Amino acid sequence: MSDPVLSLQGVHTDIAQYHILRGVDLEVPAGGVTMLLGRNGVGKTTTLRTIMGLWRAKEGRVVFRGEDIAALPTPAIARRGIGFVPEDMGIFSDLSVEENMTLAAVSGPIDAERLDWLQSVFPPLRTFWKKEAGTLSGGQKQMLSVARAMIEKRRLYLIDEPTKGLAPAIVATLAGALRALKQEGASILLVEQNFSVAKALGDTCAVMDDGRVVWAGEMATLAGDTALQERLMGLSMESA
Amino acid sequence: MTAAPDHAPTITGLSTWQRMQRHLPLLLVPLLVVVGYLAIPATSSWLTLTVSGLAMGMMIFIMASGLTLVFGLMDVINFGHGAFISVGAFVGVSILLALGSLTGAPSLALNIAAVLVAVAGAMAATAVMGWIFERVIVKPVYGAHLKQILVTMGGLIIVEQLILIVWGPDEIFFSRPEMLKGAITFAGAAIEKYRLLAVGFGLVLFLAMIWVLRSTKIGLIVRAGVQNGEMVEALGYRLRIVFVAVFIAGSALAGLGGVMWALYQEVITAHMGQEMMVLVFIVVIIGGLGSVEGCFIGALLVGLLQNYVGFIEPKVALISNIGLLVLILMWRPQGMLPVVKAK
Ligand SMILES: Nc1ncnc2c1ncn2[C@@H]1O[C@H](COP(=O)(O)OP(=O)(O)OP(=O)(O)O)[C@@H](O)[C@H]1O
Ligand SMILES: [Mg+2]
Repeated sequence: MSDPVLSLQGVHTDIAQYHILRGVDLEVPAGGVTMLLGRNGVGKTTTLRTIMGLWRAKEGRVVFRGEDIAALPTPAIARRGIGFVPEDMGIFSDLSVEENMTLAAVSGPIDAERLDWLQSVFPPLRTFWKKEAGTLSGGQKQMLSVARAMIEKRRLYLIDEPTKGLAPAIVATLAGALRALKQEGASILLVEQNFSVAKALGDTCAVMDDGRVVWAGEMATLAGDTALQERLMGLSMESA
Repeated sequence: MTAAPDHAPTITGLSTWQRMQRHLPLLLVPLLVVVGYLAIPATSSWLTLTVSGLAMGMMIFIMASGLTLVFGLMDVINFGHGAFISVGAFVGVSILLALGSLTGAPSLALNIAAVLVAVAGAMAATAVMGWIFERVIVKPVYGAHLKQILVTMGGLIIVEQLILIVWGPDEIFFSRPEMLKGAITFAGAAIEKYRLLAVGFGLVLFLAMIWVLRSTKIGLIVRAGVQNGEMVEALGYRLRIVFVAVFIAGSALAGLGGVMWALYQEVITAHMGQEMMVLVFIVVIIGGLGSVEGCFIGALLVGLLQNYVGFIEPKVALISNIGLLVLILMWRPQGMLPVVKAK
């Protein structure tokens, strides 16, 4: 297998006085979708934020395409080609959909062809193009957040629970978009609680517990082993 | 780990009425003007007061606009902002005094040229000063409000003392350039030319700022940064550089406001900036921290109220603005046009 596009080696992160990540080891293979799973509060979001430099790793290495980025400022990390969809979506509510997208195109004006494609993947983006983003519904905001990360080709996407609380139709739309990204050759690290989405998209998978990755392997292995799921996450994903 | 059921609540958009309600404060300025008309017996006095209130409001807006963005972008409370107003005024007035042959000539073109040179000099001086102030005084205390208040107040005191050393302890009286003196009469009301000029200039500047904020990428970054600085960084923009640029621009604008205020009052003192800061802070707070539009409306309200009340009952002029602050915060605790903040 080729070198991983991203690997975390013994990463420790504190939030205020709390020791949240306690030695995370994680690999994201190039060109694949890696699912990051685990119960609530085990540190999935903290892991993504540490990769982006929004929390600082106090120990360990975050290696992106051969370079340790753990100490780089957040904008420099983003400019290496990492698109981030945060758990809270990070929408600029006072800005229009268009302005949100314009900002996300960091290296220049929006590419018309790519925008056209994104608007066909996410039709509400076209309908509400001039609308203030704060007035969108939850599902529309989530589409905007994902589309914003996709407006330029990135090497790696960090996506935090994109389908949380959304209706099945929108979940299907988002899953379709992520599949399209995968076909484009991008690597994705995806936190996803919806097991059918996880199973359909994931190539590899890492399960966290208490600030560590406690199991890593093929998605198919985990999907096929109910007992393992129960042990790692305290519940069977097949119940979904 | 199930998909959301079909009946899952979706957060729907705001209704038209809710959206209109958000913009309700835009009506406050015309409303206050009408109230002033009803409260002031003579129409001519009302007209004079309205123009002078708007002029004063424009100048306060120019002084305050940078401060609101500085707060919005990085949560920095700068009590030293008044220093830029004073320094702008002293540098500008010194230049005007040196250009006596231009300001004394009965030619509008020469007079305006002198004012423009003074403004350019004052803005350049306060821009440089803003850059130094940011690096030396503000940067070491990012994220610590109490320290920011203490340290920036200390900076203000130092700058005021420096003004006393350079320009001496006395207030400096001067007069406006020849063609900017006097008044025109309109509908029986005497309206000072300079005030009209200040209103026009302030309006143009406000529109220019809005254009920059809405139509340029830098403007977009600033607006987005006020709402969610972290996300702006996660997209790849260095918020700190944007912040420093805004700080410098805001300082230069305060310097500009200082020159305009000096020309309005025809006298300058080292602590004039500090005195204006009371009104500037009121305006920034009632406008909604980080909102340039809110700051603009707030400034016009404060300017108008100060003039109307000063005419009707001079003794309560100053507390009328505190009253305005209280009323607006009771209505909208985040200010009139609050920026939707992440977190
Ligand atoms: N700002 C913060 N201050 C203090 N503790 C925090 C903060 N953010 C997160 N934590 C703690 O860090 C731990 C990990 O949180 P994190 O958000 O990474 O979990 P998660 O796996 O993403 O959970 P979820 O599935 O609920 O999103 C939790 O115990 C949480 O309480
Ligand atoms: Mg999370």
